[in-house]
Amino acid sequence: MIISVASGKGGTGKTTVSVNLARTIGSGVQLLDCDVEEPNAHLFLRGRETGSEIVTIPIPEVDESLCDGCGECGRLCRYHAIVSFGSVPLVFPELCHGCGGCTLVCPRGAIRETGKRIGVVETCDANSISLIQGRLDIGVAMAPPLIRAVKARLNREMTAILDAPPGTSCPVIATVRGSDFVVLVTEPTPFGLHDLRLAVDMIRELSIPFGVVVNRMGVGDDRVHRFCREEEIPILLEIPDDRRIAEAYSRGELVVDRVPEYASHFATLLWNIREFRNAGGA
Amino acid sequence: MKVAFTTSGTTLDAPMDPRFGRAQGFIVYDTENDTFEAVDNRQVLNSAHGAGIQATEAIVRQGAKCVVTGHCGPNAHRALNAAGIRIYTTEAPTVAEALEAYRAGALATLNAADVDGHWS
Repeated sequence: MIISVASGKGGTGKTTVSVNLARTIGSGVQLLDCDVEEPNAHLFLRGRETGSEIVTIPIPEVDESLCDGCGECGRLCRYHAIVSFGSVPLVFPELCHGCGGCTLVCPRGAIRETGKRIGVVETCDANSISLIQGRLDIGVAMAPPLIRAVKARLNREMTAILDAPPGTSCPVIATVRGSDFVVLVTEPTPFGLHDLRLAVDMIRELSIPFGVVVNRMGVGDDRVHRFCREEEIPILLEIPDDRRIAEAYSRGELVVDRVPEYASHFATLLWNIREFRNAGGA
Repeated sequence: MKVAFTTSGTTLDAPMDPRFGRAQGFIVYDTENDTFEAVDNRQVLNSAHGAGIQATEAIVRQGAKCVVTGHCGPNAHRALNAAGIRIYTTEAPTVAEALEAYRAGALATLNAADVDGHWS
């Protein structure tokens, strides 16, 4: 089973839920940190690094001796990563999404692809949790290809937890697509509700069963709960606004290891995910 | 010859827009017959990236041979150069004053990008 942990709003506790859920499953579990712009699950799961691979995307390279400046490549590229002003085209590698379309439409076969490095995928064994994380290079804006490279290491024999980036844009969709269940982590505040609505719309568009974890219960108000009731969205777990959680987090420790009662809370979460997944979720 | 001015308006007394790629629009002035046309550039403002390149494509479509603006980032500079468009910079407040300075030959040409991408 593939479980994605996402949110609209940042800082709601996606990584906290992901790492503690992975620990609760215990063994035979993969944790994929898909928040490749700032992967942080490794802070809670120290272990032995088992590999590091460079990830590239294909970008066009033009053979000037073959190009006649027809401009077909530039007309095709919606990202303006290759443009021609009646001469040999200019390539803007940082805008290229690596689709390869320009090489296909070039009538003279003047364009070939070369690899441009965008980041690395690192793997690590942390006490029976297999951590796989993407790390996007500084200055690179293209997260989805790296996220797909992280997900290419999914092992369908194991349970996988995917820690998604915040928001509802392409990197999040690249992460959650293909999941069996999505856990949306929110907080009971107006901001939390606002971004939860966006995230719910996104997940419904993708037709993936989902439920909500409300973190920091006790702050804010009851509007998230009212919204979930009206929309018939299951609340899988409520995590109190507990100073002990913040203390464990600040030391890079897992709450389920440090505060025993949370081990049973996360076991409940896992049970709820399985139940609602089988029932089709929200 | 056609000269493109970056502006937030559609008339000669409109203010200059110091941005090139993300200018609201252009006034393309034809110095041969003293006529001009306003070109909307707002659809480019919705793109996350590549604004300078798209603005260059728009200017090339209009047939302008030079552009008068405030600043120009690296991608826009590369694209304008490749398209053979000369870049002038000015701090003139309005299109009319920038045009005046252009005619007087008082504008500096920009030989390299003077700001980073996404500077404003």
